[in-house]
Amino acid sequence: MTRGGYRYWAGTLGIVATAVVFIVPFAFIVLTSLKNRPEANLLEFSWPSEIALVANFMEVIETRDYMLVIAFINSAVLTVASVAIIVVLASMVAFILQRRKSRWTPFVNFLVLSGLIIPPAVVPTIWVLEGIRMFDTMIGLILIEVAFGLSFSILLFRAFISTIPREIDEAAIIDGAGPMQLFFRVVLPLLKPVVVTVVIVQAVQIFNDFVNPLYFLPSAPTAQLTLYNFQSQFSSSYNLLFMDILLITIPPLIVFIFFNRQIVAGMTSGAVKG
Amino acid sequence: MATHTSASRTAPASRRASPPTPQRGRPKSPYPHWFYLPAAVLYSVLFLIPTFASFYFSLTRWTLFETEFIGLDNFVTFFQQPQLVTGLTNTMVYAFVTSGVKVVLGLLLAVFLTSQIIARDWLRSVIFFPVLVSTIGVGITFQVLMDPQDGLINDSLALLGIDGPGWLTDPDLALLSIAAVDIWKGVGLATVIFIAGLAAIPGEYYEAARVDGASSFNTFWHIMLPLSRPATATVIILSLIGGLRSFELIWAMTRGGPGFSSDVIASVIYKQYQAGFYGISTAGNVVLFVVVTAIILPLSMALNRREVDA
Repeated sequence: MTRGGYRYWAGTLGIVATAVVFIVPFAFIVLTSLKNRPEANLLEFSWPSEIALVANFMEVIETRDYMLVIAFINSAVLTVASVAIIVVLASMVAFILQRRKSRWTPFVNFLVLSGLIIPPAVVPTIWVLEGIRMFDTMIGLILIEVAFGLSFSILLFRAFISTIPREIDEAAIIDGAGPMQLFFRVVLPLLKPVVVTVVIVQAVQIFNDFVNPLYFLPSAPTAQLTLYNFQSQFSSSYNLLFMDILLITIPPLIVFIFFNRQIVAGMTSGAVKG
Repeated sequence: MATHTSASRTAPASRRASPPTPQRGRPKSPYPHWFYLPAAVLYSVLFLIPTFASFYFSLTRWTLFETEFIGLDNFVTFFQQPQLVTGLTNTMVYAFVTSGVKVVLGLLLAVFLTSQIIARDWLRSVIFFPVLVSTIGVGITFQVLMDPQDGLINDSLALLGIDGPGWLTDPDLALLSIAAVDIWKGVGLATVIFIAGLAAIPGEYYEAARVDGASSFNTFWHIMLPLSRPATATVIILSLIGGLRSFELIWAMTRGGPGFSSDVIASVIYKQYQAGFYGISTAGNVVLFVVVTAIILPLSMALNRREVDA
């Protein structure tokens, strides 16, 4: 078999296989979200007889006094705030971790790694939040997402900072920069690529997070929580349920279309050493 | 711009960690330790303290406001009640099955997707996209697809004359069905990590192998496999941690059912929390902590020791 032949038949086989396995479920989501209710409830993989895109969209949005809109807004606030804080805090830690080897360094490394492995203890965390009167508040949840997201972000930042030559630091110090100026005016702008990666990876992860809002902000609607609640609400309206799934998939899809390279780079750079 | 002139004049002479000087005013490092502080405070209060506290509270009957020390009773209950023990065994099965398949499938897909085939980039994107999608959304979708009567999967099997089983309604199948969906969603990440690992193998190895007349299989077995060991270690560890702690997918698809046949430790923790048994719930967290640490730490040390340098 020629090399050229392998290219085509293997590629085609791959396309067919991935289409069946990976695309059909998404196609099903789209198709069902376009159908009217009786047709959707048949759960068939078929083209809708009439396209009820706008009707379904409006009906889902208006459910329970526009709960979905509020949920998306809450999720947006949560995501933006958490990501912003994570970027600042994690880069600061990574900066010192990478630049200043002291006896604290192995200890900090250990803490960072344990953040990746140790499962958070749920009820004691609620107990702590209750103690500082932040349980069931957005700000409490934001701080939780930050605390849980620090480890991975610190690792990503540290790997990247190691590629910034110390000469740049030294030049700035000779020019009279103090630590804050050195970091925020000189180093941080140089970290832009990894900042983009951290922002994207954490934003997707926090937007898709279901567990933490479930435990720590149960009374407020967030995107995933609303979808979960609509599962029973729409148990006989699959068109609406899948319209909701479609809407929830759109933000990560947009991010994926524009930032695919950064996401992949981020997830692999933290993972593969060297 | 020069605000700390005295510090900056001495800084170049002693910017690495300076030895303690007898006189006052040790030159300030441009890398101050207080940069750790904000993150450290958040991390300690919202992660470390609860983790330590969980060990204490797992030994109590707890209502969040009052505690009653009852020793190891919670753990005894945990290991005696069938629905709780099932959670433990299911967690292990789920974690090792999903991890194992992700590693093998991920590597094979990576080898496939680094070879010369058409539509390679598109295929990589399609396989990776599920990683980014809402877990709840995926869970609901596949729950519908796996519906025994109307679901697409059984409908398609019926076309081939096969009577599809109750994927999520049969207690013996439920956990593995969820595991399959977990693999569907997660194999893309494993594949992408492996692709990065394979890309790091210098081309000279492949050249040498071709010159020596090695078959594709030999190239795979003797070059790709050993030299992608860091990536393999990473995929194993990441997928095991994720599998052991898994909750969202299982909860979205079956709520741990039918009965408790697909419960895992994480869903047990949640159920006990919902029922108000905070002590047992926290005991579950301690069990999960011990399980994850006992498996991952030795594994991580063993895997990192056997790295082969490219």
